[in-house]
Amino acid sequence: MSTLVYINSNDGLAKNALEAVTYGKKLGGDVNVVTTGGADEATLASLGEYGAGKVMVDRSVTSNDPGQIANVVKAAAEATGATTVIFSHDFIAKAAAPRVSVKLKAGLVSGAIDVPEGNKVKVNVFSGKAFGYVEVNTDTKIISLLPNSFQPEAGGSACGVEEFNGNAGEAAIKVIETKKPEGDIPLPEAELVVSAGRGLKGPENWGMIEELASELGAATACSRPVADIGWRPHHEHVGQTGVAIRPNLYIAAGISGAIQHLAGVNGSKVIVVVNTDAEAPFFKAADYGIVGDAFEVIPRLTEAVKNFKAAN
Amino acid sequence: MKILVCISKSPDTTSKIAFTDGDTKFDENGVQYIVNPYDEWYALVRALELKEAGGGTVSIITVGTAADDAIIRKALAIGADEAVRIDAEPTDAYFTAMQIAEYAKSNGFDLVLTGKETINYNGSQVGGMIAEGMEVPFISLASKLEVNGSSATADVEIVGGVQTVEFGLPAVISAAKGMAEQRIPNMRGIMAARTKPLNVVAPADVSALTSFTSYAMPPAKSECKMIDPENMDELVELLHNEAKVI
Ligand SMILES: Cc1cc2nc3c(=O)[nH]c(=O)nc-3n(C[C@H](O)[C@H](O)[C@H](O)COP(=O)(O)OP(=O)(O)OC[C@H]3O[C@@H](n4cnc5c(N)ncnc54)[C@H](O)[C@@H]3O)c2cc1C
Ligand SMILES: Nc1ncnc2c1ncn2[C@@H]1O[C@H](COP(=O)(O)O)[C@@H](O)[C@H]1O
Repeated sequence: MSTLVYINSNDGLAKNALEAVTYGKKLGGDVNVVTTGGADEATLASLGEYGAGKVMVDRSVTSNDPGQIANVVKAAAEATGATTVIFSHDFIAKAAAPRVSVKLKAGLVSGAIDVPEGNKVKVNVFSGKAFGYVEVNTDTKIISLLPNSFQPEAGGSACGVEEFNGNAGEAAIKVIETKKPEGDIPLPEAELVVSAGRGLKGPENWGMIEELASELGAATACSRPVADIGWRPHHEHVGQTGVAIRPNLYIAAGISGAIQHLAGVNGSKVIVVVNTDAEAPFFKAADYGIVGDAFEVIPRLTEAVKNFKAAN
Repeated sequence: MKILVCISKSPDTTSKIAFTDGDTKFDENGVQYIVNPYDEWYALVRALELKEAGGGTVSIITVGTAADDAIIRKALAIGADEAVRIDAEPTDAYFTAMQIAEYAKSNGFDLVLTGKETINYNGSQVGGMIAEGMEVPFISLASKLEVNGSSATADVEIVGGVQTVEFGLPAVISAAKGMAEQRIPNMRGIMAARTKPLNVVAPADVSALTSFTSYAMPPAKSECKMIDPENMDELVELLHNEAKVI
């Protein structure tokens, strides 16, 4: 049994890359990593600590072109005789893994949350409201692992890194411009998230949310109506029709907890809800609840976090 | 320009999720189906806008059985010229995508639009597979799309930001929030939808690569612990020592 893990190293090694290698190790058997991007050799060698036996790097691919990435992954899967190919279910996997599936004629399971049992893989379905078990009917399977389902486990030692020519071909997609807001923590990657909804009454009241987020080192999010009326930027909208997130901690203030909102956040490990209405549906999905006015509770919580940080 | 929009159905977002037959089947009892929001609000509406601005046709395609005709008519009411239904149970993403790729190739479409994902299986698989089947570029998670002759530009999601990209046509694009504004069908659209052509096409011979074998409901969430709004130190203490998240 041989496993191939694809990771993108354009911006160094993200946490979800380490999760994918750790997951590969849990399957047993050899783990090879194939990567595109610019990370240096020492950085790539460190993947050995998470279970990689070898890293193959194709430096000819410098963008996120899914066609090129799919070609490289296919070549690497054939070169290593991989029976399982692993991606982390991020925006790159969503674009490239389906192409690899067709190229290899290998069944793709996306959003896996556990290691396979035989050829069955557990996934989230109905936006996290239920689990499904997907059976793969082909000899080779492709698994796209839901981020934040496994924590990276280091323990091994650095591994070898070799240059690999995956016959990537030409990029079909030309990048014209990249816009990344400076300093913000990207929501899909954030481990802590502070979110607010219509209960905050207006955009001028978000200062206290930003203050709590910055004190915690958290990203900020919001409910859909808040993004729709323009109180907050669209990329902060979480839920069924916005971003789905799985942070370790989700703090929701002034959000009622409609089912479509929950669909995007119910994968969070711990949920804290602040709402004036004790009957708000969100309390049913919460781990810790505070019935109270966000305008009083949030600044008080920020103070408490400050005091906690000073004492620790 | 010829545009093909892939339309799937999903249970109304407030549907109760349950399973039958020993947890092997989704319980459709009392479930209302809607057009998958990404397909309707973003992919279809953007296709219509492109047609309104530059001419051409918009066709919608669904891989499904006669039971899906109602959903197809709902999508037609928003305003496409014609609908195609590949007459087969969409057993998995590969099966579905190969059917659509086959149809798109033999009918010469310039643009194929899908939604970002279906909200029942959340696979984000079908679009990329269609593109591979057609051997054309796949632009994933686009929040903006402009066409200029034989090429196009799109804004796509990347970690913590957006990227503007350029590519040649034909191409497959998956639509995310922001690509267009939801349109509410009016009476005229609903009436017109009744008489628009809905062509039923026999499926190509393709085998599925995966299958859902069973389902399970998540364990019930433990009781929510209520905390005194005056005592946020207690919450911080619990988050640190009990939940271990800060
Ligand atoms: C197809 C579809 C898709 C949708 N997708 C999404 C989605 O992706 N994401 C999403 O969020 N929604 C989505 N929605 C909308 C969703 O149904 C709700 O309407 C929305 O989530 C409500 O937002 P809210 O909780 O901010 O506002 P409200 O429902 O207005 O709730 C405000 C809450 O704030 C509380 N409150 C008021 N004052 C205070 C105070 N001073 N302190 C503390 N609490 C206070 C109130 O008690 C109330 O519970 C979707 C709807 C549909 C039909
Ligand atoms: N049975 C189907 N018929 C037509 N299009 C579909 C079908 N299933 C999925 N799609 C399209 O593919 C997109 C992604 O679906 P999925 O890969 O299942 O998340 C959807 O938003 C639809 O546009």
